[in-house]
Amino acid sequence: MTPWLQRQRHLIDFTVEALARRKGRNLALLVVYALMVFVLASVLLFSQALRREAALLLAQAPEITVQRLVAGRMDLVPAAHLERLAGLRGVASAQGRLWGYYYDPATQANYTLMVPLTDPPPPGTMQVGPTLARFWRLGVGDVLSLRTHDGRAFPLSVQGILPTDSALVAADLVLIAEADFRAFFGIPAGLYTDLVLKVRNPREVAKVAQKVQRDLPDTRPIIREEILRTYAALFDWREGMVMVLLSGAVLAFMILAWDKASGLSAEERREIGVLKAIGWETSDILAMKLWEGLLVSVFAFLLGYLAAYVHVAAFSASLFVPVLKGWSVLYPDFALTPQVDPFQVFTLFFLTVFPYALATLVPVWRSAVADPDAVMRQ
Amino acid sequence: MVLNPAMVALVIASLVGSLMLAYSAAFGWHLIRHWDLASGSELQLGLERHTYLISTLVAFVLASEALGLLLFVYNADRLAPLFVGAMCAVGTLNTSAFGFPALMLKILVFFAASTWLILHRLDTRGWDYPLTRVKYGLLFLIAPLILAETWFQARFFLAMDTDVITSCCGSLFGSNRKALGSELAGLPAGPAMALFFGTLGLTLGLGLGSLRRPLLGYGYALASALAFVVTLVAIVSFVSLYVYEHPHHHCPFCLLKAEYGYQGYLLYVPLFLATALGIGSGVVRPFAGVQSLSGLVEPMARHLTLASLWLFGFLTLWTALIVARSGLVLIGGAG
Repeated sequence: MTPWLQRQRHLIDFTVEALARRKGRNLALLVVYALMVFVLASVLLFSQALRREAALLLAQAPEITVQRLVAGRMDLVPAAHLERLAGLRGVASAQGRLWGYYYDPATQANYTLMVPLTDPPPPGTMQVGPTLARFWRLGVGDVLSLRTHDGRAFPLSVQGILPTDSALVAADLVLIAEADFRAFFGIPAGLYTDLVLKVRNPREVAKVAQKVQRDLPDTRPIIREEILRTYAALFDWREGMVMVLLSGAVLAFMILAWDKASGLSAEERREIGVLKAIGWETSDILAMKLWEGLLVSVFAFLLGYLAAYVHVAAFSASLFVPVLKGWSVLYPDFALTPQVDPFQVFTLFFLTVFPYALATLVPVWRSAVADPDAVMRQ
Repeated sequence: MVLNPAMVALVIASLVGSLMLAYSAAFGWHLIRHWDLASGSELQLGLERHTYLISTLVAFVLASEALGLLLFVYNADRLAPLFVGAMCAVGTLNTSAFGFPALMLKILVFFAASTWLILHRLDTRGWDYPLTRVKYGLLFLIAPLILAETWFQARFFLAMDTDVITSCCGSLFGSNRKALGSELAGLPAGPAMALFFGTLGLTLGLGLGSLRRPLLGYGYALASALAFVVTLVAIVSFVSLYVYEHPHHHCPFCLLKAEYGYQGYLLYVPLFLATALGIGSGVVRPFAGVQSLSGLVEPMARHLTLASLWLFGFLTLWTALIVARSGLVLIGGAG
């Protein structure tokens, strides 16, 4: 081992002993520190997990969704539009979608009713999302009656329950047959809610969207990448806002760290005095104090980050859900999979350890340059 | 308007770094005028004590710049999906004229701070702190750099305008901005490779030579700086191609991604360290004549040169290995 390394090892040894001598004081700081890391890390891990869910969902989404606007409001799309778009060069397939919302007074929630594009359930039956099924205690073969647009009862028997792995979208979903859908909402044949286009070559997506807009000026094409972008910007922005809001807490923590570092106890002061008297240099004391800060930081960081991971993974970040997720009545209880990525750890490090180091720098320097006789006499 | 935690962190870090170095420079001015080691006055004692604070501050800024550099690139990469046409960090940095200057200033601040710390280390070895005035004069150079960096970075972040869906229409047709250039064009692979291995060979040769003839040490420092630039050019023009095994993907930042096994770190970390140490080895040499440093400069320069040589050597071998291992054939493919 080089002398330099050996020296650092001894300094660390000494620092750990010194920390252990003042357990109560350091524990208090550690707890507050870890708590702050915990809060910030929870926000980051949680929104990371949400972002991942959104990306997973949208990966399956069609390249282009076409909506029709009438007087600036979304309207039903006639089948003629569909035929026109299917003929565009570059479009692999065009399909009309049927979906809508149904407000259920009993649960006071909105259900999403939808006709699946591939293998829809036979007429008179439906497939329901897991949360909805749990709420009504529905099993296969049970019948649930909904009210149609003109007030009639519309009984549907459960053909199957959707798997829970797509809970974020499927929670309040009801899949029914096309004939049922049209009868239920009173939508005549030949009209769709919106259209979806599949485009074979990803580089042609923008061009195809432009053609859609040119041929059918009353529509608005929405590209999947745009949705992804909007979500990413939204999550980033929410995260950033939460961070800005939490900066007050960081500031309070910095004041605490400053105070803790500058308010040396008589005993500590004597210790520094003795160390200097027996030959320690100012730079040694400085190094020791910086090691102390580093050790506390690393420990608090790991503790806080771990706690945040558990908070997000096991408790679905129950403390921050309302701020970051938005709200809906029938929100699914979905298990989040937090991801640890280096980018996040760096960011978190900057937002926690950096302020701590900053706050303790000057006090540490002050205590290190003090004269031995002056401190011992006090 | 784009806002995310990493940007908050970067802005705070740069602001704090600027404040620290501005304070240090202001103190430096005070120090240069009043520094007198022979005096035992309270003023001199205060100055001496403050030098500990300043060196700690500069070390702190160096560490935060090094981490900030990584975070900055990572962040740019992460933001890429927000901009039409941006595939990775290059696209994001190209969203305005401030992106690349901010990055370059960050790199400059890093090297300036590392050079300062090397000088500081030498200075503390002499009993009379002979380089104090030089060091604090140097702070006047570093402080404007970091201030400029902070400004450019802030402008870069503020100028970001994403192409997101607005309530009225899909954004695509609202903006007629042309697609961002996401690629960096590079030199053709053949000449770039010759340039890279030539420069690195020259650098290694000068470094080895300087172990015998100290005068070559200046050449080595210059060659180190040159090797830094040449290596960056090489990464853009051929190393990246071999890593991605794709003849048109020139991005120097995607190397840092998990998809490519984080190979970039093994290029960039040695490169930055080797360059910093190499430049440092030359910067200490002019002070060999200072009386209180006699006999100290040469061993330190040797030490720095050796460490830097190992790193440059590793870099050269690693690059050669990347080229050899890659499935891509750019030059003289058989058949």
